[in-house]
Amino acid sequence: MLNGIPINYYIMLSAVLFIIGAVGVMARRNAIIIFMCIELMLNAVNLMLVAFSTLHNDANGQVFVFFIMAVAAAEVAVGLAILSMVYRNFKSIDIDLLSRLKN
Amino acid sequence: MIKLVALIPLFPLLGFLINGFFGKKISKNLSGIIASAAVFGSFAISVLIFIDLEEHKEVTSHIVPLFSWINSETLKIPFEFLVDPLSSWFLLIITGIGFLIHIYSMGYMHDDEGFSRFFTYLNLFIFFMLLLVLGNNYLIMFVGWEGVGLCSYLLIGFWFKNTAYNNAAKKAFIMNRVGDLGFLMGIILIFVTFGSISYDQVFSIASSGNHATVTIIALLLFIGAMGKSAQLPLYTWLPDAMAGPTPVSALIHAATMVTAGIYMIVRSNVFYSMSDEASHIVAIVGVATALFAATIGLFQNDIKKVLAYSTVSQLGLMFLGLGVGAYSSSVFHVTTHAFFKALLFLGAGSVIHAMGGEQDMRKMGGLWKHLPITGKVMAIGTLAISGFPLLSGFFSKDEILAHTYEHSKALWFFGMITSILTAFYMFRLLFLTFFGNFRGTHEQEHHLHESPKSMTFPLIVLAILSIAGGVLGLPEFWGMTNWMHHHLDSIIVHKNPSVLNHEKEWILMGLATAAALATIFFAYMVYMKNRILPEANDSKLTGIKKLIYNKYYIDEIYEALIRKPLDALSEVFKYIDTKVIDSVVDGVGTTVTGMSSLVRKVQTGHIGFYIFGMVLGIIAILFYTFIK
Repeated sequence: MLNGIPINYYIMLSAVLFIIGAVGVMARRNAIIIFMCIELMLNAVNLMLVAFSTLHNDANGQVFVFFIMAVAAAEVAVGLAILSMVYRNFKSIDIDLLSRLKN
Repeated sequence: MIKLVALIPLFPLLGFLINGFFGKKISKNLSGIIASAAVFGSFAISVLIFIDLEEHKEVTSHIVPLFSWINSETLKIPFEFLVDPLSSWFLLIITGIGFLIHIYSMGYMHDDEGFSRFFTYLNLFIFFMLLLVLGNNYLIMFVGWEGVGLCSYLLIGFWFKNTAYNNAAKKAFIMNRVGDLGFLMGIILIFVTFGSISYDQVFSIASSGNHATVTIIALLLFIGAMGKSAQLPLYTWLPDAMAGPTPVSALIHAATMVTAGIYMIVRSNVFYSMSDEASHIVAIVGVATALFAATIGLFQNDIKKVLAYSTVSQLGLMFLGLGVGAYSSSVFHVTTHAFFKALLFLGAGSVIHAMGGEQDMRKMGGLWKHLPITGKVMAIGTLAISGFPLLSGFFSKDEILAHTYEHSKALWFFGMITSILTAFYMFRLLFLTFFGNFRGTHEQEHHLHESPKSMTFPLIVLAILSIAGGVLGLPEFWGMTNWMHHHLDSIIVHKNPSVLNHEKEWILMGLATAAALATIFFAYMVYMKNRILPEANDSKLTGIKKLIYNKYYIDEIYEALIRKPLDALSEVFKYIDTKVIDSVVDGVGTTVTGMSSLVRKVQTGHIGFYIFGMVLGIIAILFYTFIK
């Protein structure tokens, strides 16, 4: 029990968030939305980590979460820079346009 | 003095290196002088060593170790030279005649653009030939053996712009390979049987070998000799080898290299005297070759071809001598043959030089007054080879025939016929070339001139040797000492003293003389009195003449029996290579390409599709891990 809420609920919420993120990454073509979906997946994992961290009274999980947030912030910075370059070249951020390497 | 033996091959090697690397930079005269001086240096040392050996007869063979050559667990072959009566005698022949021919070449090759290249090859040849006779084991002999084969190839194809000459060179090289294989197998068998290939060791234990093995060794070595010394059935390269410059024909294809086979058999006489079967085969092959080549010589019109077949025939006689155990007589004949055949070849070269490259005797005639010196020395050489009394060939041939007679009367009979044929075709050559009317063009007649001094000097020296060479082996029944016989005494295990009584020997000698004189008279009647000329048109020949003129079609037979089947076999292998092996290799390639073009379709380039694949993969892994 965590603050009166059973751990199962956390797990379910985290799984639902993760699946929404994964499906979003697969289904959407807009690069920004895909980025947001990736963030969603990362945060689903973060939620899981803090939940179990609290359950087991172990701070390690929370330390992990800080790392993940820092890395995610860096990744977003790089990713958005790439996206802005893509937009300059293609006048669009549709990722299906980025298939020129084949042939 | 004997320690200096290493210098003998060193001089020509140095000459070879100097001419090979700097030949183009130095003048023609200088490169000729360097090469001749190198050979003369070797000759001088050979003479000194020979005198030294003669003076100190108590030890007859000296082994001079130079360095350790092959040194492994089971195979130890030191690089040693052997100086004994046999090798020292061959040294004299090789360097002496080699020097004379070098001098001659300076005149003969003077206008050739490959002048220094020619002397480079000649010196290399002398080097390998010296190695061949000096080595103290079969492997050094083999190295020399292959080396002289190489030089022979290079010199036959000296004028390499002519395809026919190149083909002749290749023919010589390939045909020699056949013999060399036999020689090599013989060496290996000697090593396997006796555990060594050094002469002194092998010969000291040779009697322990069983009879069959020794016979096989002797026959394998003889196959090597067949190739190098142009015996049936491997002789056809020698007449074609006349494509090379004439001094080459004289030095390599008459006086020295082709006698390597005889040297080898004399050196290995231990084996041959142990095996009567092998000796018989040597004698029969020898006499067959002698007779066969002599008949071909009868109808050849190319002056060098006649001499080439004569060489094959004389080599056959030498092998006949070896086969009947008359080793020293064969070495004697090698020596006198080197004198008069080198003389005849060089004389022919002088004629060809004067005729502006013409070799066909049908276009010569009446050269005696234009080439007085050449004509006289050629006449001397012809008399010597025909066995005219008291000239060198008379004694050496007679000795071989006498030993043959005591061995087998049938062999003697064929040997006798050979020598009659020899006298006939040699006088045919002499009469057609030097007597009668000139049959060439006016231009050629105008161009006729005696050769320069550098060419006539060796001719005169060789002529003197051809006359006087007989003193080396005077017949014992004359109450003289046969010097050659005593000289080689120490290296021949199985002595072969003449068992004939003096009366018989006198009769044989008289018969030989009478036959030679009668034949000379007959040739005189045909070619001088009746002026019968060879048919000018080759295609008009008929019957036996046509058969012999075309050399019994032996080349054509070899072509049909060996070359054609080999070509057909090659075609089969070519088919297997291009159709079977190539298609397997190509098949592997096309299969991979085909499969990749199938799989390639998965790579769409759509990121969403890849991620979808990734997610599916992860789900599959998780499913597998947790559910199982």
